[in-house]
Amino acid sequence: MKYAGLLVMPAGFFLSIAAILLFPDPAPRAAFVLCGLAVEAMGLVVAVRGHMERRGEDRS
Amino acid sequence: MTQPAFTESVFVLTLALLLIAPLAIAGLALINTGLGRSRSAAQSLLGSLALVSVAVLVFALIGATITDGSSGTGHIFHLFGKPWNWAGTGPIFLADFASQPARAQLALLFQFLAVALAVLIPWGSGADRWRLAAAAASAAILSALIFPFVAHWAWGNGWLAQLGLNFSLGAGFLDPGGAASIHLLGGLSALAVVWIAGPRRGKFPKEGLSTAMPGHNAVYVLFGCFVALVGWLAFNMSGALLWLNAAPAALPVVAINTLLSAAAALAATFTVTQVRFGKPDASLCANGWLAGLVTSSACAAIVSPIAAIFTGAIAGIGIPLLVEVLELAVSIDDPSGAISVHAAGALWGLVAAGLFAPRSGQLTAQLIGIATLLGLFLPLIYLLFFVLDRFVPFRVDPDGERIGMDLHELGGGAYPEFVVHRDDSYR
Repeated sequence: MKYAGLLVMPAGFFLSIAAILLFPDPAPRAAFVLCGLAVEAMGLVVAVRGHMERRGEDRS
Repeated sequence: MTQPAFTESVFVLTLALLLIAPLAIAGLALINTGLGRSRSAAQSLLGSLALVSVAVLVFALIGATITDGSSGTGHIFHLFGKPWNWAGTGPIFLADFASQPARAQLALLFQFLAVALAVLIPWGSGADRWRLAAAAASAAILSALIFPFVAHWAWGNGWLAQLGLNFSLGAGFLDPGGAASIHLLGGLSALAVVWIAGPRRGKFPKEGLSTAMPGHNAVYVLFGCFVALVGWLAFNMSGALLWLNAAPAALPVVAINTLLSAAAALAATFTVTQVRFGKPDASLCANGWLAGLVTSSACAAIVSPIAAIFTGAIAGIGIPLLVEVLELAVSIDDPSGAISVHAAGALWGLVAAGLFAPRSGQLTAQLIGIATLLGLFLPLIYLLFFVLDRFVPFRVDPDGERIGMDLHELGGGAYPEFVVHRDDSYR
């Protein structure tokens, strides 16, 4: 699960890059950059949860 | 990009500041050592020296070539009709370094100090269980493959720095004091190290809450905060001169903002810990102070003094809470708090720099810089460290962890005349 989360994160980066290439207007551009960051945050949360699950297994 | 002339007086001023900047490295090394255990203190400080040595040597041999944005046009590809400068074309092995322009020489000196500081950040997070050989190999990877690209993109006329020119996003990604290139990078590396090395033995017992493992010397930690302040002032002011082309007359505001940010952060952390625990917590207050300094790395040269106080105070409130959340809720054992202080502090500072900057589009440029470090470099660092761990194991063997890193790796302790008691936290 940790690896899945880490694999999702670059997608957020590419979304941010696509935003500045595809949207010349500031508002949609900023919105898509924020979407990219949200995808990265989601990937990070999944990676952290994966870490927590492994720690839980190590404890039990 | 054309840059204004670098007069002799500005050269001397920048050089003088850069000669003081290593105090930030010394302060961080002291803080890391104080927050670790007494039986790992010598390994921690010797390790700091070793990592700095590895980082500057590898950076001189490999990294400086990629980072250099002053000579040549850089490696550029075109996408959607826009140039994307992704690597520098500096001379290999610092050839003809002395004949380069004064600004380029000082820029490289700044980057040498920056990479030395960046590799120390994960060292504190891996305290008491991260083998020195593995840490040195990690420092080599960071100095050769990761830091040079981030530094070139942010400082060396790379594509992040040119977001303003190519996409009308403010002045491009701004990172005058190294919040992204040093602290965010170091904090993300710390997260990767903690994930791979795992927690210290006994930190998270099978039953109950995590075990408190306080640092062994609060004096080192708090004195390190003072030492770091001097270095930070130098980093922020020299960064403003080099990367923002600030006039010397603008430097007092940069210094005052740095101080205000740290002071506001400490006041906030002091209050938060006083309210939560009944008494102020020394190590968390040190973390708060440092978080204020990290935030200032992004903001001090850009925002007003009142904004510097605000950003510092927010960092001071958020960081101790995040330290607690990471340990208690997420099971991350980070003895120095580097992930909260350096990664989260830098993230907030970079966002704040965009929020309070006068130019439109600056916030978007800052967010793209953050997205690059978080989305591209965190997975890359984790992957590289994960592969490295297969060849040079990160974690010391259980016996080494039991007797302490000093005896295990150096054969002698930092305090040979002290009696070292059995660690009661082992269960």
